Amino acid sequence: MLSERPITPSTLSRKDLPWQIKWDINTCTKCGRCTSVCPVNAIELGVFRKRDVKPPMGLSAKPTTEFSTFYGIRQRTDPAYACIGCAMCNMVCPNNAIEPTRQYDSTTLQFQNNRGGQPRTRGGRRNNSESLLDQLKFIRISMLTDPALDAGRHEFEMRTLLGRVLSPEAELQCFRDNGWKPPVREIYPLVIGGMSFGALSPNMWEGLQMGVAYLNEELNMPVRMCTGEGGCPPRLLRSRFLKYVILQIASGYFGWDEIIHAIPDMKEDPCAIEIKYGQGAKPGDGGLLMWYKVNKLIAAIRGVPKGVSLPSPPTHQTKYSIEEAVAKMIQSMSMAWGFRVPVYPKISASSTSLAVLNNLVRNPYAAGLAIDGEDGGTGAAYNVSMNHMGHPIASNLRDCYKALCVAGAQNEIPLIAGGGIGKHGNLAANAGALIMLGASMVQIGKYVMQAGAGCLGSEKDRCNVCNIGVCPKGITSQDPRVYRRLDPEKVAERVVDFYLSFDTELRKVFAPLGRSTSLPVGMSDALGISDKDAADRLDIKYVI
Amino acid sequence: MCRLFALTSRDPVSPMRAIDALNVMKEGHDGSGVGLFLSGLGGPWEELKEYPILSGIFTEDGLVQVFDYMAKKGFQSKFSVTFKPDIEPPVGTPKRGTYASIAYKVPDDWKGLTKEQADRNLVQTRLNLRAMGEEGGDIMVFSFWPDTIMIKEVGDPLAIAEYLKLDREELYARHILAQGRQNTNYAINLYACHPFFIEGISTMTNGENTAFVPIREYLMSRGVTGYQGYQSDSEVFTHIAHFATRKLGLDISSYKHVITPMNDEEMADHPDREFLVSLKRSCRKLIIDGPNCVIGCLPDGSMFMAQDRKKLRPGVVGGNPELGIYGFSSEICGLNAAIPDRDRTKDFQPMHLDTAIVGPDCREVLQCSQKDPLRLRH
Ligand code: SF4
Ligand code: SF4
Repeated sequence: MLSERPITPSTLSRKDLPWQIKWDINTCTKCGRCTSVCPVNAIELGVFRKRDVKPPMGLSAKPTTEFSTFYGIRQRTDPAYACIGCAMCNMVCPNNAIEPTRQYDSTTLQFQNNRGGQPRTRGGRRNNSESLLDQLKFIRISMLTDPALDAGRHEFEMRTLLGRVLSPEAELQCFRDNGWKPPVREIYPLVIGGMSFGALSPNMWEGLQMGVAYLNEELNMPVRMCTGEGGCPPRLLRSRFLKYVILQIASGYFGWDEIIHAIPDMKEDPCAIEIKYGQGAKPGDGGLLMWYKVNKLIAAIRGVPKGVSLPSPPTHQTKYSIEEAVAKMIQSMSMAWGFRVPVYPKISASSTSLAVLNNLVRNPYAAGLAIDGEDGGTGAAYNVSMNHMGHPIASNLRDCYKALCVAGAQNEIPLIAGGGIGKHGNLAANAGALIMLGASMVQIGKYVMQAGAGCLGSEKDRCNVCNIGVCPKGITSQDPRVYRRLDPEKVAERVVDFYLSFDTELRKVFAPLGRSTSLPVGMSDALGISDKDAADRLDIKYVI
Repeated sequence: MCRLFALTSRDPVSPMRAIDALNVMKEGHDGSGVGLFLSGLGGPWEELKEYPILSGIFTEDGLVQVFDYMAKKGFQSKFSVTFKPDIEPPVGTPKRGTYASIAYKVPDDWKGLTKEQADRNLVQTRLNLRAMGEEGGDIMVFSFWPDTIMIKEVGDPLAIAEYLKLDREELYARHILAQGRQNTNYAINLYACHPFFIEGISTMTNGENTAFVPIREYLMSRGVTGYQGYQSDSEVFTHIAHFATRKLGLDISSYKHVITPMNDEEMADHPDREFLVSLKRSCRKLIIDGPNCVIGCLPDGSMFMAQDRKKLRPGVVGGNPELGIYGFSSEICGLNAAIPDRDRTKDFQPMHLDTAIVGPDCREVLQCSQKDPLRLRH
């Protein structure tokens, strides 16, 4: 490298990069696998020239200079090719000669990754490791007057209701009059949240569907999976597995055509319809399905030309107001399936969640409300949206639940909470806490990717290249060369594994609290937190 | 843990019989309190069946306030039984004043009211008095209902019974619920002491109701006069019984379908499956969870016992149809003490699907299983 190389505003040294490649010349076999697998071309094969000065003994002979060349790995310092720490290079290296290491004191890249006047977009997560859900403790352990239950031996009822549940009075009236009753589904309280067919690779999708089908058909766990916006593969729409699927239809109507065409051929009704108005990770903004991922199949399903970026609109332009949108879309979706399918909106948690809920209470067709908190996952979005927008789920959910209590309609409109559940692996504890704060069920996305398919992303901005179609694990890529890395059968196996262990863990939480015959929705007396303000805000016990 | 004992008899009997049964079961309770519900009253009350009786504990001041208040509202007192102990109370029992049961004639302007409105007014009157008492601590009201007396006090049941001379003839009753022990989970508060009462329905429970908070929130949001207070986690059982029978018009044998619905397999071949599924869904908020035994008495004098699904608390019903007396006990020794003269082979321990009901005629124990076809709804 020339000593007088030009220094521009975005010239970085290796030291400036958050991820550093450690490469060991002694163990490297020079196979070149690492460079070929690197999703962002952060490393390249390099030819290094080395000058060795050899001073001989004595004074008479002159020192000699020897030049040698050797081959090795060079980490690029161009911000566009910065290493993302995915460690794929290490995964393919036969000798562990190469690995990325995190350098925590380097923040320089953050100032450089908006090149060409384009703000950074990324897939992945919020990159904030705080988690209020992890701070919640279950404090109401039954010990004396009520011996704790045995999680392994007692009967446990772990199902929840999705759909508008009538009040006891209305239900009896309806039974007497043989009137129309809103459809209600009994499902498992942990739902795989909306991840679209465009965002996920076909292998990932297939794996999830297989896992869900297995859980339902072999293990009798009524697990449901949401499709995410942008339609659903036509074959699934016409298959009997549709009953395990919650079809998401976004306010932008992507993929709706495909669904509507399939309605006459549907053998089963879908489990429910989720109308997406917002996502937790990018509230008020649409998702970005970037051109890299819009291949022929995705283009066909969504009804767009191939290879164009698809920023989905936050809400459809024809919508005049959220009230109108919610009312009309719920009505028309319900009609499409003859009022046999629960239809509910999904919104991002925000200061206006209560207003939406208010609309729903008075809408007899509204089957629930999904609220997605700030930590909610996403295919892709702008950095700024992901890091700074949104409302934490716990307090938002609590407000909504309490509003329902005041209206006397708690659990009549099931609340579905999402956003940051199992962020640090504590899936059952987080889900249990949200149920006790008032959620009838919870939905997860990132956890499924991480546990089900080994997604490498972390809260420390690791990987997070889901948007550009190079997902090193093949989870979020539409490129067959990449996604064939992922074995759908294994994904299915992992999904089943973590569902079963979730189930056991949830029992281990509920049993000592003395609950087993119904989900402890709203059992807020079981929760405590060592943060006074949080305790006051959530109306739970303050414990230190 | 609380000990429960209930008696239902064709002829009025002394509440001491129930108290003695509690005393036999003393091993399980710490003697920290006693609560009594008496209905189907004998003695002087036989003639006064239609007049609501206000029962509670009052200081001198409190009594004056109550008389003023009731007079102002147009109630006329017809008869009263007051008792002011003149001896020192037993250890742990505070000196409170007068234990009174006063029968009133309802105001004339209630004439045009429907039964439902009149009932609600009675509840409201009780709540108003209770609220008045909560300010100054001079008034404590446990019930205001025809043919019903309630007594609650802190202390050992037997000592209290002697102190309050519960053997008095004015307290003879056909239906008696007695519970031993004060609240242990929450603060000591007479209102937290079982049995609980609303509009002729009274229940008592042992064990801990872990679903208390969500159920309380749900009941409070129903907008029913009287669903309030909740000093004890067991108070909700009474209100659920009230909600199921009075508000939903269900038969008491359906009470168990509300608090502990069957699971899918059990329900699969039930003739009323469709109804039960919808009941389970809409009443999901009222499902109890906890090892509880519930014993209750209804306005018509029938008495019932039901267990939670896990049935960790025993409970037994037995009696003598010839003598016309039946006992509901949380322990078999209590039953043996109170009704030794019975065919023990006919004792019934309701299991996780059963409700045991003894009608006002005290002839037999009706055993309803949740698997049976539903009885006609009201
Ligand atoms: S860690 Fe990933 S991004 Fe970094 S060099 Fe290795 S393969 Fe490339
Ligand atoms: S492994 Fe794939 S899905 Fe996970 S963060 Fe990386 S690119 Fe995204």
